[in-house]
Amino acid sequence: MNLRQDLVQIAAWIPRDARILDLGCGDGALLAHLRDSHNCVGYGIEIADDSVFQSVRRQVNVIQADLESGLRMFADGMFDTVVLSQTLQAMRNVESILREMVRVGRRGIVSFPNFGHWRHIVALLAGHMPVSPEIPYQWYDTPNIHLCTPKDFELLAARLGLRITDRVLLAGGRPVGGFADLRATVAVYRFEKR
Amino acid sequence: MSQPATPPPPAGTAILTAPGAVSTAAHGAPAPAAQSVGIVQAQRMHFAAPLLLASGATLAGYELCYETYGTLNAARSNAVLVCHALNASHHVAGVYAEAPRNVGWWDNMVGPGRPIDTRRFFVVGVNNPGSCFGSTGPMSPDPATGRPYGARFPVVTVEDWVNAQARLADALGIERWAAVAGGSLGGMQALSWTVQYPQRIGRCVAIATTAKLSAQNIAFNDVARSAIQNDPDFHGGDYYAHGVVPRRGLAVARMIGHITYLSGDDMTERFGRSLRTEDYAFGYGAEFEVESYLRYQGDKFSQYFDANTYLLITRALDYFDPARAHAGDLTRALAPAQARFLLVSFATDWRFAPERTREIVAALIANGRDVAYAEIDAPHGHDAFLLDDPRYHRVVGAYFDRIAAELG
Repeated sequence: MNLRQDLVQIAAWIPRDARILDLGCGDGALLAHLRDSHNCVGYGIEIADDSVFQSVRRQVNVIQADLESGLRMFADGMFDTVVLSQTLQAMRNVESILREMVRVGRRGIVSFPNFGHWRHIVALLAGHMPVSPEIPYQWYDTPNIHLCTPKDFELLAARLGLRITDRVLLAGGRPVGGFADLRATVAVYRFEKR
Repeated sequence: MSQPATPPPPAGTAILTAPGAVSTAAHGAPAPAAQSVGIVQAQRMHFAAPLLLASGATLAGYELCYETYGTLNAARSNAVLVCHALNASHHVAGVYAEAPRNVGWWDNMVGPGRPIDTRRFFVVGVNNPGSCFGSTGPMSPDPATGRPYGARFPVVTVEDWVNAQARLADALGIERWAAVAGGSLGGMQALSWTVQYPQRIGRCVAIATTAKLSAQNIAFNDVARSAIQNDPDFHGGDYYAHGVVPRRGLAVARMIGHITYLSGDDMTERFGRSLRTEDYAFGYGAEFEVESYLRYQGDKFSQYFDANTYLLITRALDYFDPARAHAGDLTRALAPAQARFLLVSFATDWRFAPERTREIVAALIANGRDVAYAEIDAPHGHDAFLLDDPRYHRVVGAYFDRIAAELG
């Protein structure tokens, strides 16, 4: 299976037999992978009709719902890990979803595009909003309303009482070494409630 | 006693006019395009052993009407039970040779190439006891008296129906259903199968349903029943002996029910405030299109549906509440279930709103069951489960594709 790069990293952090909740599970690729190779029991939440259909085709446990209305249907601590991949930046209420993630799960994992990537800075210096493979939208037509940098996310996590246990900054699917805040296209964090 | 020779097309109005639903292809060979199962025949089966009911009463020897489509495979593993709702029957798909306009109530869902594909599945539709389409019900003769049961027909529950369906499965040699599917009250039966016979159901497909009626739902049912019971022709349920039918009460009951099947927006779209007359007639006739439509639906219904059955089935709806025996805890109520689940609700269904299905989903997740849930943004209210919405049908189709793939 050809998983998106951040999903490969996320899967690497998920132990066998874990109970997983994938928020914004898309076509169910991560959950299908975790089921087949990690023996995980997983559920996904997805709002788009097409994605729900794709997930059903993959025999993924997909629940059609709007994340913005919260995770009320889930009890405290129901999941080992709650995943929010490439969706945080499109959420209206970022703080409440992060709090909900560590309410219904023991750990949370998020991935998001790094707005601080050097190409984005170059675009801004040239007088334009950045458009890149990670954020491929024009400013007037973007679902991404809460873009941030790794440092920004870490500040918010600290303020919400989340302890970051793991962090990987990726570019081209590989972890980046020096100047990672400028060179990474995608950030992936694992955290738990402090 | 009069029983319709064949059940008329029930429920969703769109069904009645579904284009292309009347197929000339009888038992057609596999074709690329979805089509009707064609000509079908109802069958009957007699059950001599009494059925013990939830009320404590028993139903003495009884008959069930049923239909089957497709072929049961050698392993007997490809059987799908389709459960009907309030005013439908065992006539799920196809047409009768003698009544080519009498199209099955879920003909757009069940057939060759349809979401529940009869080229792969052996589909069974059964008329529940207490109904009025051929299975033993209030119109049938009470063996104790030889006269129609009438008001003496015992109150039956969803659980009783599932027990009756299980006996039919035994008789057909079906140890385990690949899936049990239904919408509305049919969805309740599918849900109940998972806790009554957890080993005998692989998948539960429950659409536009609820694990219990709300006070508002029960209130609507009570108004409908009151309309029937207060009709002077009702005679305490023994109207057969008087040679009359409480037609006016039944028509009003149907009108009330019908309002709850449609969304407000759908009614506005279809009728608005359109008048059938040039101007107000300053009277009380059916001047508005919506009045004319409802009265027509009510009248038509009252000509084929049995009033006692209406009381009985709405009561079964009211009583369904599997969590009741578990202090209202649906998670515990569904704990015995082993099946995998597909649940579907419709955004504009205010009769059994999506929130009701979400409660079922939450309980199933708490129990660690496999569940997929689609919430279809269809405009047609509760009736949407009978209609041909591609977003709805492709999800159900994809789900059944996976079942078929597992059967090999």
